[in-house]
Amino acid sequence: MMGQSLYDFFERRGRAVRVGIERLGIAARFTGALLGVLLQAIRRTALIIRELYFSGVRSLLIVAVSGVFVGMVLAVQGYEVLQRYGSAESLGVIVALSLVRELGPVVTALLFAGRASSAVTAEIGLMRATEQLAAMDMMAVDPMARVVAPRFLAAIFSMPILTLIFSSAGVIGAWIIGVRLIGIDDGAFWSQMQANVDLRIDIVNGLIKSAVFGVALGLVSVFEGYFAAPTAEGVASATTRTVVISSLAVLLLDFVLTVMMFRGLS
Amino acid sequence: MNRSRFDFAVGLFVALGLLALVFMALKVGNLADFGETGGYLIEARFDNIGGLKVRAPVKSAGVVVGRVEAIGLDRDTYEAVVLLRIAPSFKFSKDTIGSILTSGLLGEQYIGLEPGGDPTMLANGDRLGKTQSAMILEKLISQFLFSKAAETPAKAP
Repeated sequence: MMGQSLYDFFERRGRAVRVGIERLGIAARFTGALLGVLLQAIRRTALIIRELYFSGVRSLLIVAVSGVFVGMVLAVQGYEVLQRYGSAESLGVIVALSLVRELGPVVTALLFAGRASSAVTAEIGLMRATEQLAAMDMMAVDPMARVVAPRFLAAIFSMPILTLIFSSAGVIGAWIIGVRLIGIDDGAFWSQMQANVDLRIDIVNGLIKSAVFGVALGLVSVFEGYFAAPTAEGVASATTRTVVISSLAVLLLDFVLTVMMFRGLS
Repeated sequence: MNRSRFDFAVGLFVALGLLALVFMALKVGNLADFGETGGYLIEARFDNIGGLKVRAPVKSAGVVVGRVEAIGLDRDTYEAVVLLRIAPSFKFSKDTIGSILTSGLLGEQYIGLEPGGDPTMLANGDRLGKTQSAMILEKLISQFLFSKAAETPAKAP
């Protein structure tokens, strides 16, 4: 009796590992197939624009509003610490660098995972469950090129734009708190910021980060949707997995990219 | 929603993104500065530059007129050699004094230029005649302590 349950236990563990590795293999094959149709898909701009609307434009409001509030919080917290050392004018630098280097790309990606990626997974998963993807295949329309690739590309294109908007909104939010309400000198706020935020090192690297996150977010969302179990439960768990995996992937990638970009700079 | 409405919304989205990029580059970043290669170079020698860093601002009367391009050490005289890149629109007289100053007590260090009355102007590659080194806090404190120690016996009755 005891031996039997132990046997079951190991069997289940073993199967979980095997299924996990198998899934990784499927993901690799899927990525290859996706890259294969990418050139063909990029020419169908109307499809990409439609997805840009649903992923990018519809995420605009939440991203901009979050940006303003994150900037305002950074300004309040930063001011509390900086004024102890008598360098409250450095507030602009602290806020701008945190936003441009880290918070902009990362928080935008997390918001995008919740707002857009989950919707893409649910949409493709539901297409799979209602056999629309199979129907396309029957009509000799490649669902990879018609459905999957445009959504993947839209994530890559929207992420840098949304990140720029997030960071700009954050700087403006910090300006409202720091300059308008607390009363830091307007000139010092901007000039210190301009003196210490470098276009190439900070802004461009932040944009590269966001584009890399876009690739990860797009890939996870279309993959989970494409291979969702064709049931209501399957679509639901695929959507959850998209948000969880995307968030973890973004934070992990962020660590790797930060070490590559910003370590040993000064 | 028909296709042209999508196009319009996405166009607006991209335009907003470009606007944010311009804002970031000009207002937050340092693209508004004159280009990396513009302007002219002048050399300044200091006994001690303290914590001066490359890309630190060069200011005259508090206005940023250039940046520190490079910092080196003269192998013979052991002086710090600082190359300053000055924006082409600013001209300074030959007898300009360069000094290393600190914004605030613990702020960043920068180079302040104080122009004199010489009618000839500094050109590319010229060297500043008079310079003033950075104020080193430790040295100031020890000077203060020594002078205090020196004047105590005089006061004693």
